[in-house]
Amino acid sequence: MATQLADPEAKSTAAPEAVVVRFAGDSGDGMQLTGGQFTLSSALAGNDFATFPDFPAEIRAPQGTLFGVSAFQINFGSTSIDTAGDAPDVLVAMNPAALKTNVGALKPGGLIIADTGEFTKRNLEKAKYDVSPLEDGSLAKWQVLAFDISALTLESVKPFGLGNKEALRCKNMWTLGLALWMFDRDRQPLIDWLNAKFAKNQILADANVAALNAGHAYGETAELGGHVKKLHLGPVPTPAGLYRTITGADAVALGLVAGAQLAHLPMFFGGYPITPASSILHALVRLKEFGVTTFQAEDEIAAICAAIGASYAGQLGVTSSSGPGIALKGEAMGLAVMTELPLVIVNSQRGGPSTGLPTKTEQSDLYQAVYGRNGDAPIPVVSARSPSDAFECAIEACRIAVQYMTPVILLTDGYIANAAEPWLVPDPATFKEFPVSFLAEKNAGDSLLPYKRDANGKRPWIKPGTPGLMHRIGGIEKAVDTGHLDYSPGNHQAQTDARKAKIDGIAQSIPDQEVCLGNPDGKLAVVGWGSTYGPIHQAVGRARAKGLDVSHIHVRHIWPMPQNLGALLKGYDKVLVPEMNTGQFKTVLRDQFLVDAQPLTKTSGQPFAIAEVEAAIATYFDGVPGNAGGDDVPPNEQQLPSVKAVNL
Amino acid sequence: MNEMTKIAATTTLKDWETDQEVRWCPGCGDYAILKAVQRTLPELGADPANTVFVSGIGCSSRFPYYVESYGFHTIHGRAPAFATGIKLANPQLDVWLVTGDGDGMSIGGNHTMHVLRRNLDCQILLFNNEIYGLTKGQYSPTSREGTTSPTTPLGSVDRPASPCAFALGAGARFIARGFDVSKNLPDVLKAAYHHKGAAFVEIFQNCIVYNKDVFNDFAAPKGAEDRQLWLANGEPMLFAKGTHGIALDTEKLTLKVVDVVDGDWQSAGVIVHDVTNRSIAHMLVEMPFGPFPMALGVLYDDPRPTFEAAVMAERAKASAGKEPNLAKLLAKGQTWTVEDSGPEL
Repeated sequence: MATQLADPEAKSTAAPEAVVVRFAGDSGDGMQLTGGQFTLSSALAGNDFATFPDFPAEIRAPQGTLFGVSAFQINFGSTSIDTAGDAPDVLVAMNPAALKTNVGALKPGGLIIADTGEFTKRNLEKAKYDVSPLEDGSLAKWQVLAFDISALTLESVKPFGLGNKEALRCKNMWTLGLALWMFDRDRQPLIDWLNAKFAKNQILADANVAALNAGHAYGETAELGGHVKKLHLGPVPTPAGLYRTITGADAVALGLVAGAQLAHLPMFFGGYPITPASSILHALVRLKEFGVTTFQAEDEIAAICAAIGASYAGQLGVTSSSGPGIALKGEAMGLAVMTELPLVIVNSQRGGPSTGLPTKTEQSDLYQAVYGRNGDAPIPVVSARSPSDAFECAIEACRIAVQYMTPVILLTDGYIANAAEPWLVPDPATFKEFPVSFLAEKNAGDSLLPYKRDANGKRPWIKPGTPGLMHRIGGIEKAVDTGHLDYSPGNHQAQTDARKAKIDGIAQSIPDQEVCLGNPDGKLAVVGWGSTYGPIHQAVGRARAKGLDVSHIHVRHIWPMPQNLGALLKGYDKVLVPEMNTGQFKTVLRDQFLVDAQPLTKTSGQPFAIAEVEAAIATYFDGVPGNAGGDDVPPNEQQLPSVKAVNL
Repeated sequence: MNEMTKIAATTTLKDWETDQEVRWCPGCGDYAILKAVQRTLPELGADPANTVFVSGIGCSSRFPYYVESYGFHTIHGRAPAFATGIKLANPQLDVWLVTGDGDGMSIGGNHTMHVLRRNLDCQILLFNNEIYGLTKGQYSPTSREGTTSPTTPLGSVDRPASPCAFALGAGARFIARGFDVSKNLPDVLKAAYHHKGAAFVEIFQNCIVYNKDVFNDFAAPKGAEDRQLWLANGEPMLFAKGTHGIALDTEKLTLKVVDVVDGDWQSAGVIVHDVTNRSIAHMLVEMPFGPFPMALGVLYDDPRPTFEAAVMAERAKASAGKEPNLAKLLAKGQTWTVEDSGPEL
């Protein structure tokens, strides 16, 4: 939706429902911190929001360079927000490089706030500008508000006697102060936070508060050329309850803790640092009182092997990584399949292949999760669609792992891991427990049968230390029931079939697939998984508002899939699968259900924009008799008409 | 070994044998090691239910299938990582790790290093036969230069690794050596068991198919006295029936072989073995066979606090006075309440 934020003609426009603001600056400018605090103030104002932190892989890239730009986008408003927004309404550019790399995304007519103090000859050169874009008219289609934030900040913190470098570090708080004024936000929570953050250095706390106040006062008093009006976005109507902001990484950590508690098990987490998965380990090391043992292993392989060892010894083993690390864990995942031990493997996906794009998001490890092991080694796969959904998915992964004695993969991605959203804090009393039991005595008269399966195909969990139940397990094929080494043809056939049947059978324990927006049949189903939820949901909502017969289905259980999914998909004329890869889930759907799923792919390291999905939906409807096309969608020659419509 | 295991179990050798057919080649040194372990465990008062044998991949790694205890035959080179998870999950368990020169020094060298430096309480038995047996005879990281094998038909050109020197360099606090058919092997195993922390034992093992009798130059019974230096704490380093000893060349700061006349080792300057002396340990693990006898027995034994004890202590400290309340955890951080009518700050 277009905001009227920067329309000088509009004398008394109503406040927009949602606004997208992007803070961009040097990676040392504190943009992630600014964005994080602005997010908090949005939460406290009762807005719904979604954020998208986008930062370089380099920790301190050379100052002023194009590749050193760090950005934080927030979409907030008085309406339900599902994505971090397509095009920003406001771009705060702290230097020329930040302007150059981000201005292309800004909405026409959008507002640029630029710090002229940083538009020096040297910085312009680093950003590959021949002439300052603030002066050559190249920014004509936007509103530009350029003033010397650096100088204003220095002035505001002068009384505290900071060095020039330290004083300039307060720029982000000055900018935040201005943003708080623009959106009519209370400064007090930020002031409290600054005082707490710099509790050991009162001068720094005071200086930052002064900069914050100065930025706010600047908005209040300065003549800003009529560009900026103070806007108040009211609270979004949401279910009553206690809320907090949560990132996907924190949600996974909390979900794992909850899952282990529901299983009545201590948790063992083996990890190795890797972007963007490390934050899960960072969160869990602080939760030792919940029976969590964390182990930073020497490598990815040791991390999963130690987790399997802990599961063998009776704890809930968990390991976490991103694509390259998951690749290293592949052999050990096969051992967990063969020895039928519970294990949760979290993959926070990033752009690949190889090292790829460490800090950017992608969904390209789906094949790896579903198929990526030697031998027939089926592993259930669960995928989270948002930061808060990651909490429930982590619990679900734990449940499947212990109820079926199997490794389970939980897929999130860099976007979910880093992005924050409001979360209605759940009441643990409403969670369903799934306590495990260990075998305490021989299970076949005088004999122990470690591979005797129950009705679900699950073998017993036997903890070392249990008297009388000594037995051996390992990666060599196991004889049916006894678990002894057995390479015989009939046995391998039987065990391969049993392992497959066990994983397939998990489908009976998962809910039927629901349609999250739209009808249970019709012309077009847009089927997504993972973090594409937001853009798909918004795009389908908009298309439906235009009268198009399109529905949104979002799949959590990638493997095995819900039992009704095949029949459900066959109720639509067409199936469109947007995903941030070259069409991996599309292939799995085709394979499993023989449906003509069509791909909509994106591998730029950025999430889908709503408009991209919307445009793809439109191509299924334009100009086809009997289909209601949108007014603002031009006729499309490469239309994909509805089968039913064509046959009319 | 585990201190918490106070009650000694009463078992016999038979109690440690499984009903599984042993599948090593007839005459393999592994049989002798298996028997030595099965003979030693009852003497240690070990409890089969509380014992876990963990292995990687290779001939040696089949070991767990033949010991009537808990056993986990894992993947190539990674046994130390599994053992770490097992021991952190249940520090009460007695964990034995069985590996080989390929498994522990090549593909799993990284994990061997880290389990030693962390000092996980376990016994690590590295069967060194200087060859890849299970894959049919390729040279290994401990094969001597010039070893001919299917992958080195002209003889290997790499310099071999020394497992004990590697272990000591990685920070091991217990280093011992033995060989498959040695009558002293049970004593070495007992010392390893009684050491609290990671106990590294290199066991020379004769691969009769691919590297037959490669250790005969010191392990053959004939003339063994002259070529084996059995170390004992507090005893002089004597060999060849007390006619020779090991002394320190104080000018070169190296070891040297000295003659001992009429048993007067003192005047010959023979060193009294102190298992806690790390400098001497460095010299012993590097002592070249040939000019010197093969150093066997306990080369070094100086315990330090174990990894799992430190992890448990840290967890206890971090958890002290904290109540594991999930509801409170979920509601942590900056929160806000939404009433039916709208938000409240």
